[in-house]
Amino acid sequence: MSEIPNEMKYAATHEWARLEEDGTVTVGISDHAQQALGDVVFVEMPELGLTISEGEEAGVVESVKAASDIYSPIRGEVIEVNPKLDDAPETVNEDPYGEGWFFKLQPQDLADLDELLDAEAYAEVCDAEDH
Amino acid sequence: MTEKTPLYDSHLAAGGRMVDFAGWIMPVNYGSQIEEHTAVRSDAGMFDVSHMTIIDIQGPDAEDFLRSTIANDVAPLLVNQALYSALLNEQGGILDDLIVYRLENSFRCVVNASTRQKVLDWFGVHAYTNMTFAHKPQIMIAVQGPKAIQRLSEVADIPQLSQLKPFYALAFGDWLIGRTGYTGEDGVEVMLPVEQGIELWQQLRDVGVAPAGLGARDTLRLEAGLNLYGQDMDETTSPLVSNIGWTVAWNPPGRDFIGRSALEVQRGNVGEKLVGLVLEDKGILRHDQKVITNAGDGIITSGTYSPSLEYSIGLARVPAAASGDCQVDIRGKMKNARLVKPPFVRKGKDLLAKKLI
Repeated sequence: MSEIPNEMKYAATHEWARLEEDGTVTVGISDHAQQALGDVVFVEMPELGLTISEGEEAGVVESVKAASDIYSPIRGEVIEVNPKLDDAPETVNEDPYGEGWFFKLQPQDLADLDELLDAEAYAEVCDAEDH
Repeated sequence: MTEKTPLYDSHLAAGGRMVDFAGWIMPVNYGSQIEEHTAVRSDAGMFDVSHMTIIDIQGPDAEDFLRSTIANDVAPLLVNQALYSALLNEQGGILDDLIVYRLENSFRCVVNASTRQKVLDWFGVHAYTNMTFAHKPQIMIAVQGPKAIQRLSEVADIPQLSQLKPFYALAFGDWLIGRTGYTGEDGVEVMLPVEQGIELWQQLRDVGVAPAGLGARDTLRLEAGLNLYGQDMDETTSPLVSNIGWTVAWNPPGRDFIGRSALEVQRGNVGEKLVGLVLEDKGILRHDQKVITNAGDGIITSGTYSPSLEYSIGLARVPAAASGDCQVDIRGKMKNARLVKPPFVRKGKDLLAKKLI
């Protein structure tokens, strides 16, 4: 069973988004996603300053076995990428909701978050994939 | 339609993550592919390879059949000696790669799971009169790693096991144990009856042999520079452009095996070669990415992250004259790489040491 914290919102493509106190949004991939990928060995990040829309390709995460696209869960400008993942991509497996975050967005419209799945709805997406 | 090996329940019990592979439900890993890979390089790991096809060929014509059907020559084999060979079509394309053992009264072929029906059909069409094919249900466990022999000896008292030479086998009751593998490490492949195989798997687990899945099998074989059929070679490529030209037995010249006349035309005149590739920039090499060399473009046939070397390696089919530095197109970005001669890792050691071809 994978862990799905309540304080995040989720995309059906397995990214999570968390609204921070300063109004920025942190993005990563879910525990379910990191388990399915296996050992993460490389992460390609979006460029700083890039404005991306919801559902748009924002990077690539590569495990030993395959490469998977990461999609931005909401619209916004990339204001920070996690420098740790460059040298320690395995952090994505070890702490997907904490140290293993991917990038931070300055959201264009916070209402975009309401379009995402809550923990319960996302759990159903994961269940459906497992069966 | 998916099949299960007799070790299916053992895989579930060990936490195996099961996937479909060539019509078989097999473990891709048991948690961490990298840990399984490392266990094989530093200690001992084991793979269920029961999905592979074991074909026993018996009868007075068996040897002549194999000498006319496969590209390597079984004639010089001693009893219990094995060889690696390609099975070719008339055009010299590779139908499959296989290991053939000469046993006391028969030959045993081990062919891939994905090519099972194709090979059985091909053998059937080219069969001689006085011979039979037999396929009995068996378990095959590959125990691999520097401690593989030691661990196997802890659970089974097999005389002469440690003296067994590479590519030789010994019979032990109903078991056949070959000093072979697909990892670049020491080890054996044990073929044995189903009930005993299930028990052996458990006993090996109990002495600390790590179950390893298809994921680790792929990274280990790629580091060892060993081809995967269907990916690095297939019916459109000959052994001469697949880095296994050494398995073609040209002597005696009169041995007219299937595909020989096509290979004779190619011999000394090939336009391509299969080489190793090392990525010098960050990223991961993958199957089908384009390679830009000093002699024209090529294509990656296998690529992965190498857990032993901690960078990305691959195999690529490139123009015969290509050498040295090259570039790889990874999602539209050009990354620096260089061509090398595989293998990359053998017996736990990094063999590259900057050797260029």
